[in-house]
Amino acid sequence: MSSTSLLDRRSFLKTTAAAGTGLWIGFHLPAANAQETAATQEKKPPNPLNAWIHVSPDNHVTLIVGKSEMGQGIMTALPMILAEELSLDWKTVRIQQAPTDPAIYDLGTGGSGSVAGSYLPLRRAGAAAREMFITAAAQHWNVNPDTCVAKDGGILHGARKNFLTYGELADAASKLPVPDFKTVPLKNSADFTIVGHDTRRYEGIEKVNGTAKFGIDSRVPGMQYAVIERCPIFGGKLKSFDAAKAKAVPGVIDVFSIDPVGSSAFTAGGVVVRADSSWAAIQGRKALQVSWDEGPHASESSDSLRQQFLANAAQPGKVVRNDGDADAAISSATRKVDVVYEFPFAAHATMEPMNCAVHIRPDGAEAWVPTQAPQWAQDVIAGVSGLPRESVVVHTTLMGGGFGRRYMGDFVMEAAQVAKVTHKPVMILWTREDDMQHDFYRPSSYHRLSGAVDANGNLAAWKHFQTSTSIDAMWSPKGKETPENSEFATAIFIPYQTPNYRIEYTVAQSGVPRAWWRSVEHSTSGFVVESFVDELAAAAGRDPLAFRLRLIGEDRTIPDFSNPKEGKPLVTARLKGVLNLAAQKAPWGKPLPKGHAQGIATYYSFESYTACVAEVSVENRAIKVHRLVYAVDCGRPINPNGVAAQVEGAAIYGLSAALYDAITIRGGRVEQANFNNYAMPRIADTPKTEVYVVPSNEEPTGIGEPGLPVVVPAICNAVFAATGKRLRRFPIRSEDLA
Amino acid sequence: MATTFTLNGKSTTVNVDPQMPLLWVLRDTLDLTGTKFGCGMALCGACTVHINGEAARSCITPVSSVQGKKVTTIEGLSADGSHPVQKAWIAEDVPQCGYCQSGQIMSAVALLAKKPKPTDADIDDAMSGNICRCGTYQRIRKAIHRAAGSAGA
Repeated sequence: MSSTSLLDRRSFLKTTAAAGTGLWIGFHLPAANAQETAATQEKKPPNPLNAWIHVSPDNHVTLIVGKSEMGQGIMTALPMILAEELSLDWKTVRIQQAPTDPAIYDLGTGGSGSVAGSYLPLRRAGAAAREMFITAAAQHWNVNPDTCVAKDGGILHGARKNFLTYGELADAASKLPVPDFKTVPLKNSADFTIVGHDTRRYEGIEKVNGTAKFGIDSRVPGMQYAVIERCPIFGGKLKSFDAAKAKAVPGVIDVFSIDPVGSSAFTAGGVVVRADSSWAAIQGRKALQVSWDEGPHASESSDSLRQQFLANAAQPGKVVRNDGDADAAISSATRKVDVVYEFPFAAHATMEPMNCAVHIRPDGAEAWVPTQAPQWAQDVIAGVSGLPRESVVVHTTLMGGGFGRRYMGDFVMEAAQVAKVTHKPVMILWTREDDMQHDFYRPSSYHRLSGAVDANGNLAAWKHFQTSTSIDAMWSPKGKETPENSEFATAIFIPYQTPNYRIEYTVAQSGVPRAWWRSVEHSTSGFVVESFVDELAAAAGRDPLAFRLRLIGEDRTIPDFSNPKEGKPLVTARLKGVLNLAAQKAPWGKPLPKGHAQGIATYYSFESYTACVAEVSVENRAIKVHRLVYAVDCGRPINPNGVAAQVEGAAIYGLSAALYDAITIRGGRVEQANFNNYAMPRIADTPKTEVYVVPSNEEPTGIGEPGLPVVVPAICNAVFAATGKRLRRFPIRSEDLA
Repeated sequence: MATTFTLNGKSTTVNVDPQMPLLWVLRDTLDLTGTKFGCGMALCGACTVHINGEAARSCITPVSSVQGKKVTTIEGLSADGSHPVQKAWIAEDVPQCGYCQSGQIMSAVALLAKKPKPTDADIDDAMSGNICRCGTYQRIRKAIHRAAGSAGA
C-alpha cells in the first residue's frame, strides 16, 4: 500500500468541468495486495485516477470505484467514509462498482485491503469536494468562506435560508481549482457522526426480497445456457467424445469442445453442452460419452503427497531465517516439544457456484461477471475474442461469496471460449460438483515445529520446518519461485521473543491448482504458531495467557521479516491489547461447567490484531464449541457492526476447516463433490460469538480475513485443556479425540 | 407438456419438460431469480420455496409435481420487504453476500408458521438444511427470535 506519495501529488488530481455535468473528482486508490495482483501476470503501471466522486446537478452523489461487493460490506463502508467528509446521509451516496475501462479502475478486491487502502484517499477526495462547495457557496452569497459550513448534504451560511445543496453548487464548484490533497483540511475525527457508528448494510433490502442480482442471475435477451464437462483429473485432456445422445436431449442446441489454457487462467478445457435452459444443458451433459487422456498427475493422491511431505521433512529445508542456533539450544534443553501439524487442501465452496455470462459480437463484447478482479476478466475476454480491451465491457455483479476464489480468471476464460463459438449471449453455469472439483484450493502443508523452554518460562528456541504445495510455486515462472517468502505469513516474525529462531522451507510438487483461500497462508500459519506456543506453555507448566504475555514482553515493534520495507511492523502493545481484552471479556480462567475448558489464541494478519477465547467441551468424541470471545483491533472501525459481522463469519469459515473440510485427492482428482461429502457447519454448530472491537484512532486495517487464523487454535487449545489431547492434523477425526 | 400452478398468488402455466426441477423453471423459464441454485441435491437449502405452505427444495422438485399447487417464492413473500421475517433480517443485519438468504428466509417463515415461538432447538432443527458460507447463523437465530417476538406483539 505505497500509494500515499502518489495521491499526495497534485498532478494526479483533476476535475472534469464539462458544463452541466456537475462535479467530478478523481483520485487514486491502491490495488489489492501485491500477491494477488501478481496473478494477473501482466504488471501495469498504477493508474493515477482510478476512483471518482461525482455530484450531479440533480443532487446525486455517486462513488465510482473498482471494488467488488462479496458480502464484506464495501458498498457500505466506502460511502460512509465519503459521507463523513461531505456531511451527508451516507445512504444517499450511490456506489457504482466501476465498469472496466482499461484506462481506469485498475483495482481488484482482495487481501482485506479495500477499507484500509481507501480510507485516507477517500477522505481527502471528499474533503476536497467539500472545500470546493464551500468556496462556491461563499462566492454565490458573497460571504467569507469561514462562515459557511457543510451540513445535511449542502452548504449552510448563517440562518437556514442561506442553504444550497451540493447539486445546486456542483457546476459552480466544478469550475474551481481542486485543493491540494496533501493539505486539504480533514474533518476532526472527534466530530465523526458516521464513521465509527454501527450501521446496517447498504444493499440489505435487496438481499432479503430476492431482487439482489448475483452473477448467476444475469439475464440478457436471447441468452443461452451452457455447462462444461471437464477432465476430472488435473492436467488431463480431452481424448474424444460422442455427443449423439446429448444432442438428443430436448433443449440441447449443440455440443463442442474447448481447449485447456495453461499459462494465465489455468482452465481444464472440456466438452461444452449448450442449451436453452440450465436444466437441458445439465441433462445433455449427463448423456455425453467422453474419454480422457489422464495426463501427468493421474497417480497423485493425498497419500502420495504425504509421502512427499515426509521425504521432504527428512531433509533440511532451505533456511529462510536463522537467529542464533536453534538446533543447539533444542538439543541441550530439558523441556522441549517436537511436533508435526498437517493441513489438507481446502475448497472455497462459495454458495453461488462459479458462473459467467458473456456476449461476444464482431465489434465488441459484454460480460456479466461475479469477480474480484474485473480487469483480469476483461483481459481474458479480450485475449480470447481478439477484440481490443476497450471494446470489452465487464459488468461486475454482486457475488455470492468470494473468499479469494473469485479473484481467478478461469471461469471467465471458459465463458469467453464458449461465447466465441456461440456468438450469442451465453451463461456458463458451474454445478456444485464442478465448483468443488475444479477449485483453486488452499494449499496442503506439513509443519514440523521444535522448540524449548527454560526453567524460568523463557523461550529458548523455536524451529519451524514447512513443506507445502505453495501458491507462489503455482503462479511463478519455473525456476523463479520463491514460495518461502510468503508461505510462512506471520510465522516468520512471531511476537514471542527467543534468541534462537530458525525457519526452513521445502516446496512440494502437486498437480492440484492452488490459490488464495480466506486469510491465505495465515489460515495455517496462525494455527501452527498459536498451537505450538500453547504446547510450549504446557511444557513450561505455565498459564497459556501469562506465558504469551511474558514472551511478547515489552512494548516494541517487530518488522515484517519477509517484507521489511512495505509490510507494516507488528506493534506488540496492540497485540497485548487484544489478548488482554479477550481475556477480560471471557473472562479467562472463570469457573466453567464440568467438562468445559477455555483455550486462547492471538495473531497479527492483514495489519490487524485479533485474539480469541474459545470455550469447548468434548462429548462422545465430538467437539462442542460453546462460546467464542473475540477482541479485534483493526484500527479505526468504520462500521463496528460490519466488523463484528466479518469476524463472526470468519470464525465459521475457520471452524469449517477444522471440524469439517478436507479436500482429498485420489487418482489425480478430488474425491469430494458436493455438500454431502464436503460438509459445512450448520446453524446448530454455531457457537455464541461475541466480538469486541478496540476503539482506535489508528488508520483502518483489514477485517475480512483476520478473524479466521485464531479460531481453530483457540478451539484446539481449549480441547487440550479439556482433554489433554493435542489436535495436530485436519480435519479433526473422532479417533484423535478418543 | 403444460403444468399449471399458482405462483405467488397468480395462476401460471409453463410448457417445459415435466421432469425439469421447479428451481430451473422459476429461474430460466420465468426469470424469477430470487430462488438460488446451490447444490442441486437438496443439501444446502438455497433453493427453498413453499409448496402449499411447506418449505421445499425446488432443486429436486419436478415441476410436474406442483401441478395445481400453491408455490411461494421469496418474491412472493411481500411486495415491499415488509414481511416480519424480512424486517427482522434487516434489523439484525443478517445478510453478508446474501446468496443463501432467500432460502434461509423461506425456511424461517415456514418454521414460524408452524411454531410461532420457536426454541433454539426448534430453530436448529428447522434451519439445519440451509448452509450459509458467510457464517451468518448467529444473526439468523436472532432474527428468527425477533420475528417471533414481533409476530406476537
